[in-house]
Amino acid sequence: MQEPSTPRIDSEPQAGGASVRVLGQWTGAHFAQPGVLDALQAQLRSAAGRDGWDLRGIEQLDHVGAQLLWDHWGRRRPAQLQMRPSQEAVLERVEQFTTGPLPRRRPGWGERYLALGEAVLDRAFQVREFVRLAGQLAIDGLRLLRSPQEGPWRDFSGHLYHIGATALPITALVGFLIGVVLAYLTAKQLRQFGADAFIVNILGVALIRELGPMLAAILVAGRSGSSITAQIGVMRVTDELDAMSVMGISHSFRLVLPRALALAFAMPLVSIWTTLCALAGGILAADISLGITPTFFLRALPEAVQIGNLLLATSKSVVFGLLIALIGCHYGLAVEPNTQSLGEGTTASVVTSITAVILVDALFAIAFQEVGF
Amino acid sequence: MAGKLAAPVLPAPGTPMVDIRGLSTVFELPGRRFTVHENLDLTVQRGEVLSLVGGSGTGKTVLLRQILGLEHPAAGEIRVLGRPVAELGQRGAASRVGMLFQHGALFSAFTVLENIAFPLSELRTLPAELVREAAIVKLQMVGLKPEDGAKMPSDLSGGMIKRVALARALIMDPPLLLLDEPTAGLDPDSSDGFVTLLRALHRDLALTVIMVTHDLDTLFELSTRIAVLADRRVIVNGPPKDVIAFQHPFVHDFFLGPRGQRAMELLREYPFAV
Repeated sequence: MQEPSTPRIDSEPQAGGASVRVLGQWTGAHFAQPGVLDALQAQLRSAAGRDGWDLRGIEQLDHVGAQLLWDHWGRRRPAQLQMRPSQEAVLERVEQFTTGPLPRRRPGWGERYLALGEAVLDRAFQVREFVRLAGQLAIDGLRLLRSPQEGPWRDFSGHLYHIGATALPITALVGFLIGVVLAYLTAKQLRQFGADAFIVNILGVALIRELGPMLAAILVAGRSGSSITAQIGVMRVTDELDAMSVMGISHSFRLVLPRALALAFAMPLVSIWTTLCALAGGILAADISLGITPTFFLRALPEAVQIGNLLLATSKSVVFGLLIALIGCHYGLAVEPNTQSLGEGTTASVVTSITAVILVDALFAIAFQEVGF
Repeated sequence: MAGKLAAPVLPAPGTPMVDIRGLSTVFELPGRRFTVHENLDLTVQRGEVLSLVGGSGTGKTVLLRQILGLEHPAAGEIRVLGRPVAELGQRGAASRVGMLFQHGALFSAFTVLENIAFPLSELRTLPAELVREAAIVKLQMVGLKPEDGAKMPSDLSGGMIKRVALARALIMDPPLLLLDEPTAGLDPDSSDGFVTLLRALHRDLALTVIMVTHDLDTLFELSTRIAVLADRRVIVNGPPKDVIAFQHPFVHDFFLGPRGQRAMELLREYPFAV
């Protein structure tokens, strides 16, 4: 069915000559309606090569409509063309401004080689910047020790709340469920050997030494690492970072230090909290599946897990916290002032900090294999 | 099925492009209500260039956003192109109204050409080559070169950002163009160039323009009408000469202060023949 406003052509020979009459509304909005453009292009093809055109029947012609006609005519005016002055103006602009596709160069081997070198140098630069940031943080730490009253303590307490306190519910839930699952699966295996009581050792060591700190670190990296990068990245986009530099306020002292301190302080606490919740889940599952009472579990725990494990877990968590903060800040400061870069930076920050946490955990496992047994 | 996309068909002759009746705007601040507009009427006819002026906080930009349907008034009716403003924000809206935001609001992840082509390419039914060509035409209409199309918004100067944003606003040839501080933040040369461009586009494309501006030069060079917002309504709406003669403290300070006197020189040079 055809509306009177549908863009169309009438190529029937007219009494007065062989003109193709162009009718309807020739605008981008009309072309965009389903099927309209396909039908129109079929009509245009059937009229290909005709050199008498009459545009006076067009109700409305915009630049997209004129462009379509211009392209159809092979970018030159047909021999006979009748139109109204307003259409003439539109067509003239299209005529004047249409250009062929801009030449697109394919990169040669030389350029690809250089691009590879640039990518490698960029990575090296990232590493250097990260080391510089870590060093600057150490210097700022010394400055803070010398004059603690100058420190950004209000920020510290705010970050402590956002990074630590608000992370408690989610870490509790995840920790508890992991504890239940781990205890349940281990119980099935242990029962085959009649070694039921060893569930305390397995859960104790696994949760306190490894899983608690790891789970907490991964969750915090996802929650807070991304938010640190986004916060600092937006400050870059809105020129706030430059404004701070102009005032002579150090980014690292005012932005990186409070976040790093807050994470280094909150991470071990969140980690212990996660461990406790996981143990609670484990105790519950052990009670249900093996009949090991919570009293027995709690009495056996101190003998099964030496205090060294807890110390190791806590110090590990401090390192995780510092790493997450440094990586988050590093990517935040490296954001360029556009939304694309902000998104990429946030993703890179989370992926890198989770990877770094797992790598560093492996290093700890190797370096301290004698501790806690 | 003429569909929702159907046409930016202009309202019937004689129907105003924008018709605001009995508009009231109230902001709820903690502890108190702040009335910005009260029973405000404003009509813009086809082909006019209407400038909204007023002291800060008189709700000029709010009014612009209400005409665009971005904010909703507490009471009153706004009709744009003869239709209620609520029907505006649908698919193909770019063919009805174009808006130049104060800071351009270019999509920073896209190139200049992709930005300009965005309203067209988002329709998903037009061939890519046609969209590209249409964008190139608009890019050159606002005085940029085809090569600029490959640049990213972050590489552009303030004046170029405004030009690209204008090209994007005009990509579907809307009959109505809204401008928020078109020359704010531009150096005098770019500002003059931009005003010349706007004037040429207004003439060539038969646009109706509504703009908010504080820049008296821009005001006098472009406006066919000036509407002054004060006391929560439009106190006067008419050709520049009539507005200047209007007796009101704001009008007096705004146009007849030292800045106004300088700009008034222009008034003698330009006879407002548009």
